[in-house]
Amino acid sequence: MTKRKFGLTMSLVLAAGTILGACGGGKGDEEKSQGDGKKNDDQFTVAMVTDVGGVDDKSFNQSAWEGLQEFGKENDLKRGTDGFDYIQSKSDADYKTNLNTAVRNKFDLVYGIGYKLKPAIEEVAKQRKNSHFAIVDDVIKGQDNVASITFKEHEGSFLVGVAAGLTTKTNKIGFVGGTDSDLINKFAAGFQAGVKAVNPKATVKIEYAGAFDKADKGQQMASAMYGSGVDIIYHAAGATGNGVFTEAKNEKQKNPEKDIWVIGVDRDQADEGKVTVNGKEENVTLTSMVKRVDIAVKDLATKAKEGNFPGGELLEYGLEDNAVSIAPTQDNLSDEVKKAVQEWTEKIKKGEVDVPVKPEK
Amino acid sequence: MSKRFSNIAVPVVSVLLGLIAGAIIMLISGYNPINGYAALWNGAFGDTFYLGETLRQMTPYIFAGLAVAFAFRTGLFNIGVEGQLLVGWLAAVWVGVAFDLPKVIHLPLSLLAAAAAGALWGFIPGFLKARLHVHEVIVTIMMNYIALHVTNHLIRNVISDQADATEAVKETASLKSPFFESVTDYSSLHNGIYLGLIVAIIMWFILEKTTLGYELRSVGFSQHASQYAGMNVNRNIVLSMVISGAFAGLGGAMEGLGTFGNAFLHSGFSGVGFDGIAVALLGGNAAIGVVLASLLFGALKVGALNMPIESGVPNELVEIVIALIIFFVASSYMIKWLLSRFKKEEK
Repeated sequence: MTKRKFGLTMSLVLAAGTILGACGGGKGDEEKSQGDGKKNDDQFTVAMVTDVGGVDDKSFNQSAWEGLQEFGKENDLKRGTDGFDYIQSKSDADYKTNLNTAVRNKFDLVYGIGYKLKPAIEEVAKQRKNSHFAIVDDVIKGQDNVASITFKEHEGSFLVGVAAGLTTKTNKIGFVGGTDSDLINKFAAGFQAGVKAVNPKATVKIEYAGAFDKADKGQQMASAMYGSGVDIIYHAAGATGNGVFTEAKNEKQKNPEKDIWVIGVDRDQADEGKVTVNGKEENVTLTSMVKRVDIAVKDLATKAKEGNFPGGELLEYGLEDNAVSIAPTQDNLSDEVKKAVQEWTEKIKKGEVDVPVKPEK
Repeated sequence: MSKRFSNIAVPVVSVLLGLIAGAIIMLISGYNPINGYAALWNGAFGDTFYLGETLRQMTPYIFAGLAVAFAFRTGLFNIGVEGQLLVGWLAAVWVGVAFDLPKVIHLPLSLLAAAAAGALWGFIPGFLKARLHVHEVIVTIMMNYIALHVTNHLIRNVISDQADATEAVKETASLKSPFFESVTDYSSLHNGIYLGLIVAIIMWFILEKTTLGYELRSVGFSQHASQYAGMNVNRNIVLSMVISGAFAGLGGAMEGLGTFGNAFLHSGFSGVGFDGIAVALLGGNAAIGVVLASLLFGALKVGALNMPIESGVPNELVEIVIALIIFFVASSYMIKWLLSRFKKEEK
């Protein structure tokens, strides 16, 4: 009895499997035939490996992916192994595996997005000498098949600091960083200097979440800061910063009269700040410090495609390349503030201001 | 139905159910499950490189799984494997960076340091449980956070000068294997895999073949009966947590001396310790079961990375499939019940 029933169950399972397989078959074949037509070797292909933030972090990785998509569109490439694609990392142990997967899929140029991929790229690049790599946000020296991309984040952060210093009413301003690292401290230092330059009375409270992927932590920290009288928070914390936006929006809904602002980072984060208060559209995003990873990624991909891969070199993108700047969305800034930002932009470009890279603590 | 049969059947059926449920979800979302699973397979065993990565990922899982399983056999739920792993990781790297010794001394010393650090981290909840009856689940969870932040602080301020990571461990303390690199096309598979298998045998030996193991298991079955039989229950509880912690600490050494070759700031838990709970559960808390379950988890983790790029199945879906497998493993009670229904009707 049991045996028969067991057999029946098994055959049902198998039958279900077959039917399911058949359903899916048609689409798979199509995809495959597309896939098989790939690898005409003159086609330039490019891939990026994200850090643990993932490609939809509304920040750094996403910006890089937008750059690749732009590059693909311009060069008529399709997404996939015969054009451009991304590979997401779920843990720090995945970087090497993913970089190798990209190499195995014969991408001509492989980006590692974020300084966390540095050791992995260093090692993999030594093993795969025929592949070209690029690291964003860190520097790898002395390897001919690796190009490095960095940004002058402190310059852009200085500008939003100016905006924050002139907008604050409580003279208390917050900074939420991802980790206490050299890179994030460039943001903190520039921001702090910008605030001080226009409003010496204001204080900047610098705190670190210790993570780039913990929105809940960001929300807690923002809640504590707003509670202590801070009215503007600048975040440089990737997906952790999404929690800052959530908290600011909640606060705004609870207390529509209060001026609560967030300064976004990496991308123009105006969309993240949209909130409906009593049927009225409001936005808690004061402005954003835009780090145009996309411009840099696209620029380097274009160079590589033309055969000018800058192997072993460091490309530093700053205000003068438009690779860091204040976001185009400035609806919440007064004209006065906008003018001040403009003036300071010119000063930095002319080299009249020396923006620090380490915050005063 | 014999116990042995059900021990094997339940995990196998759970994995199959998980895969089928995953296939249905892929189908509903408009992806081809066969392509998806083919990509998973290729990404885990497709060529020697991926095989190497799978085995590399399997190594810490063996240790984490054994740690959870060992404590569980004594009736203790060690949620603190994650923290024990982190302190072991740091201890191994610290010794690996700080000393200049010949390999025959340096490598064992680093491993020993990792085991000792993990054991210490296991001792504290074990001691509190034995002496003050503080529940080990609470203490181990707290110890995880202490481990995370203490190791981060030490890496940042003591071992390095405000850097994000320590230096690489000295060659003499490294588990890296040029042999594995050459046969697996530069995968990061390292010699730790041997150690994992040896420790699995040690655990089996301790539990099944020694008086100590008999006592530990006996405490796991019934503390009162064990006490009545003249065993020192408190001593066994502490000992079990210490050995469990040592296993976990060694798991951390695998990451520190093998996979990464350094220790770095962790923004959150690595997850290996928590996955160890699922590994132990799937492996039926037995040494051989844990090894097999680690292989499965290693393959799922590594293979999943390949699914989006090869078959277009998005990462989120891959995580759902893996979660479903764990779900069915965890609900093994349900499967046992179903299997026993079949059995009853036979009678």
